[in-house]
Amino acid sequence: MPLVARGSRALAERSRKGGAGEASRSRSPSSSQCWQTAPRRSWSRSRDGRGRWETVCECWGLAIPVRCAFGAGNEDLRNLSLSGHVGFDSLPDQLVNKSTSQGFCFNILCVGETGIGKSTLMDTLFNTKFENDPATHNEPGVRLKARSYELQESNVRLKLTIVDTVGFGDQINKDDSYKPIVEYIDAQFEAYLQEELKIKRSLFNYHDTRIHACLYFIAPTGHSLKSLDLVTMKKLDSKVNIIPIIAKADTIAKNELHKFKSKIMSELVSNGVQIYQFPTDEETVAEINATMSVSPQVHLPFAVVGSTEEVKIGNKMAKARQYPWGVVQVENENHCDFVKLREMLIRVNMEDLREQTHTRHYELYRRCKLEEMGFKDTDPDSKPFSLQETYEAKRNEFLGELQKKEEEMRQMFVMRVKEKEAELKEAEKELHEKFDLLKRTHQEEKKKVEDKKKELEEEVNNFQKKKAAAQLLQSQAQQAGAQQTKKDKDKKNFFFM
Amino acid sequence: MDPLRQPPSPCSPRPSSPRTQSCEMLGYVGIEAVLDQLKIKAMKMGFEFNIMVVGQSGLGKSTMVNTLFKSKMWKSTLPGLGVPTPKTLQLQSVTHVIEEKGVKLKLTVTDTPGFGDQINNDKCWDPILGYINEQYERYLQEEILITRQRHIPDTRVHCCVYFVPPTGHCLRPLDIEFLQRLCQTVNVVPVIARADSLTIEEREAFRRRIQHNLRTHCIEVYPQKCFDEDINDRILNSKIRQERIPFAVVGADREHLVNGRCVLGRKTKWGIIEVENMAHCEFPLLRDLLIRTHLQDLKDITHNIHYENYRVFRLNKSHVLPRGPGWVNLAPGPAPSPASPQATPRTMKVCRWTQDNSDDEC
Repeated sequence: MPLVARGSRALAERSRKGGAGEASRSRSPSSSQCWQTAPRRSWSRSRDGRGRWETVCECWGLAIPVRCAFGAGNEDLRNLSLSGHVGFDSLPDQLVNKSTSQGFCFNILCVGETGIGKSTLMDTLFNTKFENDPATHNEPGVRLKARSYELQESNVRLKLTIVDTVGFGDQINKDDSYKPIVEYIDAQFEAYLQEELKIKRSLFNYHDTRIHACLYFIAPTGHSLKSLDLVTMKKLDSKVNIIPIIAKADTIAKNELHKFKSKIMSELVSNGVQIYQFPTDEETVAEINATMSVSPQVHLPFAVVGSTEEVKIGNKMAKARQYPWGVVQVENENHCDFVKLREMLIRVNMEDLREQTHTRHYELYRRCKLEEMGFKDTDPDSKPFSLQETYEAKRNEFLGELQKKEEEMRQMFVMRVKEKEAELKEAEKELHEKFDLLKRTHQEEKKKVEDKKKELEEEVNNFQKKKAAAQLLQSQAQQAGAQQTKKDKDKKNFFFM
Repeated sequence: MDPLRQPPSPCSPRPSSPRTQSCEMLGYVGIEAVLDQLKIKAMKMGFEFNIMVVGQSGLGKSTMVNTLFKSKMWKSTLPGLGVPTPKTLQLQSVTHVIEEKGVKLKLTVTDTPGFGDQINNDKCWDPILGYINEQYERYLQEEILITRQRHIPDTRVHCCVYFVPPTGHCLRPLDIEFLQRLCQTVNVVPVIARADSLTIEEREAFRRRIQHNLRTHCIEVYPQKCFDEDINDRILNSKIRQERIPFAVVGADREHLVNGRCVLGRKTKWGIIEVENMAHCEFPLLRDLLIRTHLQDLKDITHNIHYENYRVFRLNKSHVLPRGPGWVNLAPGPAPSPASPQATPRTMKVCRWTQDNSDDEC
């Protein structure tokens, strides 16, 4: 084919002359169009300057590998090949270093009845003893208890938060059992949303408390899911990644276990509960899945046994539970699915769980919340609305409301002042009246007293007159005779009595 | 940037709240596998990098980009080929996807032909600032949508390479004006272009003078001092800052034979200037800074600091600007918003200071 011949000749020329670009300058621009359309891209193979085989295209004298471009539909994305080592293959390492210095966050929610083995499983999963007192069965309602721990392995720092549902399934009336859980999950989303909507925010410093994985502990009855389980899972499936597990799996025999698992899965499917799908499209993950011989979907829900005690098996110590009839080893894949759970949860899919939480569940919550608050993306004329405009409108509305409230309050205040004034006036009037009354009575008394005084004075005057008259008479009587004195004496005695 | 008020570094480790306890793990759990998961995820998604080159024509911008990424990004214009200098500053963007060892990088290079070429260069930075702010605006609009995409396409300019002409004296007023305005919006890496016209001593003297100029005018070029997070970075970055910024570079996209090896270089009558030779020019340092060591850092600072500043500025001003239909609404157009940075390079500093103040209070 002439195309191929030209290409290889150009390469040969280039390596001979040692100068790139000589051949390319003679190319017409129209020839660059050939490799933009994918179907016409297969050409011959030849050796390039470094001795590697690659497909050669004739344009520009460069070898352009057959790969798909980013962002389908973008015509000006062209693949270029590099004629030397540029060095951006260190990019993933740079990214990983940055993330390592920041530390990672992982939040697990354990939902299950009291005593089903949640704390023990957490201890077993993370190979440590989290301080946890076992809960009683007397809780009046379901409450969530969150505890944070800092774990470090080689240079990876993990901030692990374990949220426990205390009192789940203990009440007689379990209608509202799921509500505190849903409220907690929503509260974490809300906190993140608030931080994201702030004007001055610091998302890179933000401690992410959103629940990344929910381990739902199913009681090992051997029959089917309880209705409480179904209801709770249905409420939670759109908010969090649910991974159902069968707890205390050492109480179920192997054949019963298989039936139990399929019954549970069929019930979940028939009730439309969406549990977390382990990603199988990634080649590397598929590899791991292949080494696990069967895909994890078949094993769901994982039947686990948790134990923190070590028993000597063979010549080493392993985590196990010792019974009189045997020893259940936690890390033995024949005994339980603990190893698979640990693999899928921590070693393979931790990042995917976090991403799903952020891109699916959080976005759904955000969308619902913003629509509820009245924001829309397009207004009736289907012109894109901006969040700012609606913010603005809401803000004005809010300010208007505030002003109205202020007015109301002011009016109320004025009214109350008036009332108080009226009251006070009345009181004043009363006081005045009282005062008048008192004054009057006082005056009356005074008059009375004065009258009495006058009377008394009159009496005294009378008496004085009488006394004077008497004395006169006496002097006259003395002059009249001694007999008169006796009569006077009698008169005097009579007077003084 | 007020040196007394240090904003929190973009990538500083999260403070541990008093409630968290440190636990010892008694065995291997496998948490460090999350690093591999991160890598796989990153390689699957690919990376994006947007770089802008600014400088007068003839300084070798296109050649430099070609040399940096070892491919034909631009057709480098030879002088005398009759390409007329544009009357106004135009911005040209080209996007390429390059791949190396499984790592895909979507690289966008924005060129600014016509910068500083006119007789009257007043306000020639406006289109550039407008372009940068427009990218921020685009990202912001995507981010505040109700139903937003899983991965918002990142067209924000992560790094701006400013080419200083090798006069040998000091920075010109145009350079100083431009750098002052741009350093607050984007990461700027100044380089001395066409350094093969200066001898080593002249280069050092020129470099010292440029550093002095930058210090006098309070221009913070990348790597900014206030964003260093830990002691290692500080040591590394201060070494770069004190000794090496601005890099004296030479670009070449032709290969020549030197001592039997094929090297990129410029052939002159008095010798061959090798681009990759540290004794000849500092191109390897620039390449290492931009690509091999600090690329993620450039992106992080753009996202966490510059974009957030723009966002704060925008959301605060949104109730002042008139509303209008269209995509970039709430502002009459991207041009006035770079006009306001003329008024706000000082006020923006102040704004940030008071906001940092309030941040400390919360």
